[in-house]
Amino acid sequence: MEVAPYRLSGHVYGTLMNHRSALQLLGAAANAAPYKAAPVAPVLYVKPRNTLTGPVVVPADVEELEIGACLGVVIGRTACALAADTALDFVAGYLIVNDVSVPHSVYYRPSIRFKARDGFCPTGPVVPRAAVPNPDGLQIRVFVDGELRQSASTSELVRPVARLLADVTDFMTLSPGDVLAVGAAAPAPRARAGQKVAIEIDGVGRLETSFT
Amino acid sequence: MKQARVAFSGAIHTAESDGRGGLRLADGRHVSEAEVVWLSPFEPGTIVALGLNYADHAKELSFGSQEEPLVFLKGPGSVIGHRGVTRRPAGVKFMHYECELAVVIGRSARNVSRADALQHVAGYCVANDYAIRDYLENWYRPNLRVKSRDGGTVLGPWLVDASDVPNPGNLDLRTYVNGKLVQQGNTRDLITDIPGLIEYLSSFMTLSAGDVILTGTPEGVVNVNEGDEVICEIEGLGRLQNTLVSDAVFGRGI
Repeated sequence: MEVAPYRLSGHVYGTLMNHRSALQLLGAAANAAPYKAAPVAPVLYVKPRNTLTGPVVVPADVEELEIGACLGVVIGRTACALAADTALDFVAGYLIVNDVSVPHSVYYRPSIRFKARDGFCPTGPVVPRAAVPNPDGLQIRVFVDGELRQSASTSELVRPVARLLADVTDFMTLSPGDVLAVGAAAPAPRARAGQKVAIEIDGVGRLETSFT
Repeated sequence: MKQARVAFSGAIHTAESDGRGGLRLADGRHVSEAEVVWLSPFEPGTIVALGLNYADHAKELSFGSQEEPLVFLKGPGSVIGHRGVTRRPAGVKFMHYECELAVVIGRSARNVSRADALQHVAGYCVANDYAIRDYLENWYRPNLRVKSRDGGTVLGPWLVDASDVPNPGNLDLRTYVNGKLVQQGNTRDLITDIPGLIEYLSSFMTLSAGDVILTGTPEGVVNVNEGDEVICEIEGLGRLQNTLVSDAVFGRGI
């Protein structure tokens, strides 16, 4: 997958509970079983390569899918144990990630069936880093069939982009072309088969996906 | 046939055993095991790993029965080869190896039945799927900080052709730490066996050539320390060696 001027590696990582609204929605439940405490380290997951191509198909046993509208960071240089104050130097650009999920309410040990289905990670378009002077001040809007269903800002991230890159690369080296999605707001809007989903991020662009 | 991928003399080579304890590179050169750098024997795509897929290990960790296989994914950046080193961060209390049979997909698999599943397997290798339990949290368990760390997925030494492993469902696994046997099991005790895993996974995600399934580990995980040599061994597949090293080796914590 080549998107000038970057070659995406096809390795996409996502971050959960990194938008303040996500933890706020859980409220006191975040400190009760099975979680027992709010997360300490970034809560990461993998969107495997089979999710990156193909249509978003709503499974037969599910009515709606969740739309995880995220800013994705494209890594430009091998990133290991970054310091937050220079972390953005390692970024090649940004893109829109739609982290599609089968709705699930418990985040303790969810089945990968919810996030790793074929086609469940539409991405694009990619813009160079220079197009986004401040990744922590971007408005994200989600439309379903043209109707505005979510409006959120990356200014409300628990770990802003540079801090997140520092904390993730403390234990996991990211390579050029890897993508780190920095987290969606909650509650996630949903869409059914036959609906058109559009995500807009200021300065990055618009990603349109039809759910089938 | 079994193949390794090694770096030697300025290039990356495929290599076979020369039958005398050394390697024969594809270009004809004979080299010793110690003079090459062993890479993962294949370039991994999606890395699928199983938690609690041996009944004894599930009991060891106090988990009850499961409705479906406990699957998690790991990043390919965590992969290293045979004879490599893995960093053990200072101050952690419980870092352990996990000897696992790795099933390498050779042919795209989508909605494959268990009867046809093994036709999609290219071969097998040994995996050591390290974990640091200190970092375990109750969000999307086991989190990547526990399981997808740099150097946390050791694969090799060889990719052994599926045709040379007539019964992957009956292989002995053993782990030695500094020569002492600490873990043993047999793949006949897998809760979800290899055809079952391929059937399950391919029911919602297309598996492609190079994707790998780490099938889980039996009981017998104990803490390992800086300087320890860990060897994971699977009958017919080889002995996969790794050494734990300190933060200082990686210029960390200074």
